[in-house]
Amino acid sequence: MKLTGAEILCESLTRLGVRHIFGYPGGAILPVYDALGKSKLHHILVRHEQGATHMADGYARASGGVGVAMATSGPGATNMVTGIATAMLDSSPVVCITGNVSSKLLGSDAFQEVDITGITMPITRHNVVVTRAEDIARTLREAFLIANSGRPGPVLVDVTKDAQQASVEFDWDKSVPKLPRKRVRDNHDQAEFDRAVELLNSAKRPLILAGRGIMLSGAMRSFAQFVHSANIPVAMTLLGIGCFPAKDPLNLGMMGMHGEAWVNNAIQEADLLVAVGMRFDDRVTGDLRTYAKNARKIHIEIDRAEINKNVAVDAALIGDARETLDRLLPHMRSCDHAPWLHHIAGLRGDSAVRDIQSLPDSGHLYAAHVINDLWKETRGEAIVVTDVGQHQMWEAQYYHHDQPRTLITSGGLGTMGFALPAAIGAKFAKPEADVWVVVGDGGFQMTMSELATIVQEKIKINIAIINNGFLGMVRQWQEFFYDKRYVATPLVAPDFAALANAFGIRGERVTGRGDVIPAIRAARESAETVLIDFRVEQEDSVYPMVPAGASLNEMIRRPNSPLVETATEP
Amino acid sequence: MQTLVAYVENKPGVLNRVSSLARRLAINIDSLTVGPTDDEAVARMTIVAHTDEKGGHRLEASLEKLVDVLLAENVSGRSLLERDLALIKVQANQENRPHLMDLVKVFRARVVDVAPESLIIEVSGAADKIDGLLEVLRPFGVLEMARSGRISMTRGCDLLRPPTASEVSGLGEQTLSATQPAALAE
Repeated sequence: MKLTGAEILCESLTRLGVRHIFGYPGGAILPVYDALGKSKLHHILVRHEQGATHMADGYARASGGVGVAMATSGPGATNMVTGIATAMLDSSPVVCITGNVSSKLLGSDAFQEVDITGITMPITRHNVVVTRAEDIARTLREAFLIANSGRPGPVLVDVTKDAQQASVEFDWDKSVPKLPRKRVRDNHDQAEFDRAVELLNSAKRPLILAGRGIMLSGAMRSFAQFVHSANIPVAMTLLGIGCFPAKDPLNLGMMGMHGEAWVNNAIQEADLLVAVGMRFDDRVTGDLRTYAKNARKIHIEIDRAEINKNVAVDAALIGDARETLDRLLPHMRSCDHAPWLHHIAGLRGDSAVRDIQSLPDSGHLYAAHVINDLWKETRGEAIVVTDVGQHQMWEAQYYHHDQPRTLITSGGLGTMGFALPAAIGAKFAKPEADVWVVVGDGGFQMTMSELATIVQEKIKINIAIINNGFLGMVRQWQEFFYDKRYVATPLVAPDFAALANAFGIRGERVTGRGDVIPAIRAARESAETVLIDFRVEQEDSVYPMVPAGASLNEMIRRPNSPLVETATEP
Repeated sequence: MQTLVAYVENKPGVLNRVSSLARRLAINIDSLTVGPTDDEAVARMTIVAHTDEKGGHRLEASLEKLVDVLLAENVSGRSLLERDLALIKVQANQENRPHLMDLVKVFRARVVDVAPESLIIEVSGAADKIDGLLEVLRPFGVLEMARSGRISMTRGCDLLRPPTASEVSGLGEQTLSATQPAALAE
């Protein structure tokens, strides 16, 4: 059967199980769009190509499958760069398809020509230019394989216009992936494994550090079994949140720069850290010279390049998290860590007893109220997609996730503008889910044009803007480290409710604490997208805070004020 | 200094990926040589990188993450044969030419081109041997020099060969679909 390259591209995506493509058309990708119109693929027209990549990313994070974004050459492709880097830093399986000028024009500075494979080389797992129609099916199969195997990540496939237009014989069965013959390392090291078992069974103050790798490996059940059989408390990374239920008594909460004080102190006092699918990012370790000095370390990690990168470990178990945990499980002796668990409970001090909800209403609305109420109202079952900044940290502290893939957030790159488009992608992946965008007034203004995408696609999500009139996290740093010189952080915003109305979306404003729950309820009951502009306390800060480069136990604590550091545990 | 040997796909852009990776890791490459192997689809690289053991490990592991790198191995500290090739054009005249010839002999180098005012010396060997020759040639006036960069091979039965069909990853044969990735198997 003879098909054009463009038709092959659409047919291949369909056969790869793709149903949704987030994209924006243009000259160099037009043949594909023409073929898209004849296919069963659902194309979601975005308002900016950055939005397309974040949507594909949100889709991938919510589903575990591959998200697909599409754009034309030149500016269409370069607009994807931020989204691709976001996916790279958080190991998200995204395939980006870009059109390019005809192969004979490559390198000639033709209209809208850009070397997008050159540009995206360091921020993709792999990228490739396709100049022949007969290579399209095989290349796409390879791209999907690379994107979602091992440690996942983005792959970019740049297809020249002549490759899209040429007609060739299409044979799916013959278009098998032909990836280079790579050596397979035998990563299982029995001595290393035995050492890990020995460390695990002899530790007195062990702590598990749980990261996103657990989710990526689908190891949630194995992990829970491992935790319970070894009876070891668990600290979460931001991206690990959800891979182990927040309500589990052994789940201590989040670690790191804005982690719970008792978690950071427990890390510093532990005699064994068991890192699973996490990479000792600087935001979770603080000063490496003083990080967990009393602890031996075991690192369970699929990516060999992460071993000993930031923290030197005593036993490295390289491989898939689920396989490794399953192999360890039969060797675990149930140890009584009661004294250690009791000690950690003591580290909580009074931060856990002072329940934010039981404090007298000072008339002020704090972001923590909004997020804690959102958690209660949604019974912790919503998919919450956050942006980057203060609200992101408050979400991590006050919304307690029990299910994997229910917190979607840009961790590694910290991309403002991520939330709204990523939530749209998540909604397409999980149409039945209650999807909430939690976003600051700064980040929302970066990609708010995607409100039009919501309206055009007639999807239902809920948008909670945590509006404090500042670029809040930057303001907080200026407050702490720049003597309150608020340069370029006060932020004028439009009337978000009116703006939503202009897009054809219901908008509301909430200024009082008592109005939070009714507004959340009304939004959930509405069949259409609702945007709520929560006007919160302007100069509140996220506590505790480990200043960048400081030791993990050197936290700035909330000064005596009506607000507490954290909510009670769920 | 760390020495790495890599087998890579012999196709455009691969050198760029390798060098770009070193740049991203802020590792300075002292020398990088690429040449064909007896398999025309595969090229062999020797990379000498200005970094410590930790950087060498990171470079090795990161290189192997590149799809087009078949194998990367940090061979620093192993029993190695290392060779560098240099062509050195030296000022020479009737009078000092015999003296130069003698020096060349001592270093087991060769004179490969003689002109009225200069000659070209070809020398191969370990880098320090070439440095030594260069040192004694400098007073004569070195006009031009080209060095190949280092190639390395582990000695004896310590073999480093591109993976054969039986050793390769099964990735190429797998088929994953977007809706049924491995992570959703649970």
